[in-house]
Amino acid sequence: MAELSYKPGAAVDVKRAVRWGALRVAEYRFYSMSKWMGSILAFGLGNPILFLLSVGLGIGALVDANSGGETLGVSYLQFVAPALLASAAIQGVMDEVTFPTLDGFVWDKLFFAINATSVSARQIANGVMIVALGRGLFTTLLYLGILLLFGAVPLASFFPLLFTSMLAGWGWAALMMAITARLENDEGYFAVIGRFVIAPMFLFSGTFYPLEQMPIFLQPIGWILPLWHSTELGRTLSYDYPIEPSMIATHLGYLTLMGVVGMLLTYPKFEERLSR
Amino acid sequence: MFAKDSEVVIRAKNLTKKYKDFVAVDGIDFEVKRGESFGLLGPNGAGKSTTMKMISSVSQRTGGELTILGKEPNTHGPEIRAHLGVVPQKDLLDRELKAWENLFTYGRYFGLSRKFLKQKVEELLEFAQLTEKRNSKADDLSGGMQRRLAIARGLVNEPEILMLDEPTTGLDPQARHILWDRLFRLKEQGVTLVITTHYMDEAEQLCDRLIVMDKGKIMAEGSPAALIKQYSSKEVVEVRFGTDKNEKFAPQLEELADRIEVLPDRILLYTEKGEELLTKIVDAGLHPVTSLVRRSSLEDVFLRLTGRTLVE
Amino acid sequence: MITQLVVSQAVAIQERRSARPGSSIYSGRASMLLERGFRAFKSSNWMVVLSGFVEPVLYLLAFGFGIGQLIGNLEDGLGRPVSYAAFIAPALLATSAMNGAVYDSTWNVFFKMHFGKIYQVMLSSSLGPMDVALGEIGWALLRGVAYSLGFMAIVTPLGLVTNAWGLLAIPAASLIAFGFASIGMAITSYLKSFQQMNWVTFFMLPMFLFSGTFFPVSVYPQWIQMIVQALPLWQGVELIRSLMLGIVDWSLLGHVAYFLVMIAGGLWFTTVRLKALFMR
Ligand SMILES: Nc1ncnc2c1ncn2[C@@H]1O[C@H](COP(=O)(O)OP(=O)(O)OP(=O)(O)O)[C@@H](O)[C@H]1O
Ligand SMILES: [Mg+2]
Repeated sequence: MAELSYKPGAAVDVKRAVRWGALRVAEYRFYSMSKWMGSILAFGLGNPILFLLSVGLGIGALVDANSGGETLGVSYLQFVAPALLASAAIQGVMDEVTFPTLDGFVWDKLFFAINATSVSARQIANGVMIVALGRGLFTTLLYLGILLLFGAVPLASFFPLLFTSMLAGWGWAALMMAITARLENDEGYFAVIGRFVIAPMFLFSGTFYPLEQMPIFLQPIGWILPLWHSTELGRTLSYDYPIEPSMIATHLGYLTLMGVVGMLLTYPKFEERLSR
Repeated sequence: MFAKDSEVVIRAKNLTKKYKDFVAVDGIDFEVKRGESFGLLGPNGAGKSTTMKMISSVSQRTGGELTILGKEPNTHGPEIRAHLGVVPQKDLLDRELKAWENLFTYGRYFGLSRKFLKQKVEELLEFAQLTEKRNSKADDLSGGMQRRLAIARGLVNEPEILMLDEPTTGLDPQARHILWDRLFRLKEQGVTLVITTHYMDEAEQLCDRLIVMDKGKIMAEGSPAALIKQYSSKEVVEVRFGTDKNEKFAPQLEELADRIEVLPDRILLYTEKGEELLTKIVDAGLHPVTSLVRRSSLEDVFLRLTGRTLVE
Repeated sequence: MITQLVVSQAVAIQERRSARPGSSIYSGRASMLLERGFRAFKSSNWMVVLSGFVEPVLYLLAFGFGIGQLIGNLEDGLGRPVSYAAFIAPALLATSAMNGAVYDSTWNVFFKMHFGKIYQVMLSSSLGPMDVALGEIGWALLRGVAYSLGFMAIVTPLGLVTNAWGLLAIPAASLIAFGFASIGMAITSYLKSFQQMNWVTFFMLPMFLFSGTFFPVSVYPQWIQMIVQALPLWQGVELIRSLMLGIVDWSLLGHVAYFLVMIAGGLWFTTVRLKALFMR
């Protein structure tokens, strides 16, 4: 061990240390993530292409050949594209908050190490969310690009579609972060969420088939979860889809509310867990 | 040094921590002065780590008062932590990151510049004798190396107060002695040290002053020498008669020494003059299988205070 | 006293067994692994495990009865009309068997290998690598079978199994589960990090989407069809679909043979690998 000499307390600028904690957390998480760039790219590109090819084109061929096309008014590919986009954003942002949160509190417990520095609990939560949004944005951009290439959405709606998808991603992820922060262990958590929440959301939010034409008892899945709201917005943006202006406001408002409530429930739990 | 030599940097009054109904720290009082080396000594579950976490401002007290560097941790946690170096009992390293990256990212949390950190990281790797392992993932380091990395990490922000929770657990004897020496030098430069340990020799080597804790309470407080003087005799004679027979000889021995402790495997006799006592024992016709005369230590203080040994 | 007797008998049996050739590979105790599996299963959150067959059922509802309305009927191999739900149900059964088997034989095994260090302990006892391989694969197989039974219990009342051959779908699903469990464990034993494990998931998705699950492979150009037909899920889907739709001929044995080879290959690779990893 070589000797170490310093003047105690001179190195740290307290104001600076305290102020940008969330960005510091984000910086570190982006840095670790950069080591996974290969799989992030592969998943980001692979998933949309696979779903577009199978659902959009494969099943689409069956639907369009039948009377289905007339029911929907557009090609099946155009019909599912906004839903697939929103679902990718939701899944992408959510994965980046749930895994790190459980990891930070339960598996590697790194949040406790970070919290021993000048970074606060709230800043850790914000940092995780910033990274999730960054990753989600990346995934969504790739997805949108591919949808454009397939001619599934019009170029003019590029930014509005990006916004409505990311809004849903943020709203849902905030809520999931609040829930994940409340877990003391991970027993089957991801399996349960995957099977009983994410899969039904993906399948029954009017994704592959208009929500109004599903049995009434399944429709609440669409109303409660974020995917249907984002999908409705996306459909109005990408083709001539009849929707009332008040409903647009409702969808936007619901997704925003979800995000705000989620964050408000997240902060106190992070603070509580990191001060036990 | 500075004029503020006698400034109090940590002040605890009736400090209490409850986990639900369980009282882990039960109304303790102490003060730590700047530049001092302060020890918390006690058996498993005494409440040492809990106290350390409250001082580190990562665990909220449930009662009493606590100020660190003149600030209230409940409201000024981040500012206080900016000046603390924390080495937790469990290392909590980022297992996915390399050794140097662990130090670097940790420094970034304090808002330290990359330029500063680049140099600092090399210094710390050298300090922890991990320069050769700089590119190994934390997960791939040996237990002792991980411990050293965690200690180096606690120093990355050049803290005023260094909190070490059982710093030498898992280190080999050589690394232990080197660490003691380095910590001593940090203290010379004005760093305040707060250390928990089970090891008496460590406490005697490192601490100016210490508190002995048991079941969340302070049993005694003072410098190692003062504690030994107050709670023990100058010398100790250890004798063994064999497991079954220790009890049998105890009454006879009791008369010869100032005080005795009968442990399952041996008997301790407290006295001012060890060799003389040993002669008396033999003269009395008692023939222990093994015998040993040594100076009294904190171990004996602890035994006296709690009726238990520290390290079983 | 009694325990003493039991122990000495056990040792004697063990000694006799170890005198047999090949006993360092296989001691005939794979069932120990199953026993351990049951213990762990009982103390774990078993609702989570059992609910694994739910996902394919949801797909069946959404695709079969939802999109099915947009699609109408398809034709089966003999030119008869078949509802879209009846078309995808067999494929989802095969998928269900695959999911159950793969989950246990990949993620669970991965955790045990790298975090629990359970195999190291087992292999330092009298168990051989083949016991461990068979035991684990057997456990994964059980799970696959449970998933397919759950799926059948829901599908049959819906009228999607129309003839007696359909009953054979259950053993067929077991065979598929065995195949995937065996190959899954073999692959997992070669993987080292989470990132690599993610690639397993990555390749299962296209297999699920393109193996004639949701639409006939005839939509593809010839060369893609050939690739798809080489994939195990397509083999499984074809096998079960033929049985459930009652289109039975000797060609089905080809699919069966495919899985038998897969099982044998997986077992062999797993055994070799476990031996190399833990018994140096
Ligand atoms: N998060 C917690 N929840 C409930 N009880 C806790 C928690 N943390 C500590 N305790 C309890 O508080 C008591 C004191 O624990 P603490 O970790 O402070 O002991 P310690 O003196 O550091 O012991 P050791 O020498 O083993 O590290 C123990 O009985 C412990 O079980
Ligand atoms: Mg402790």
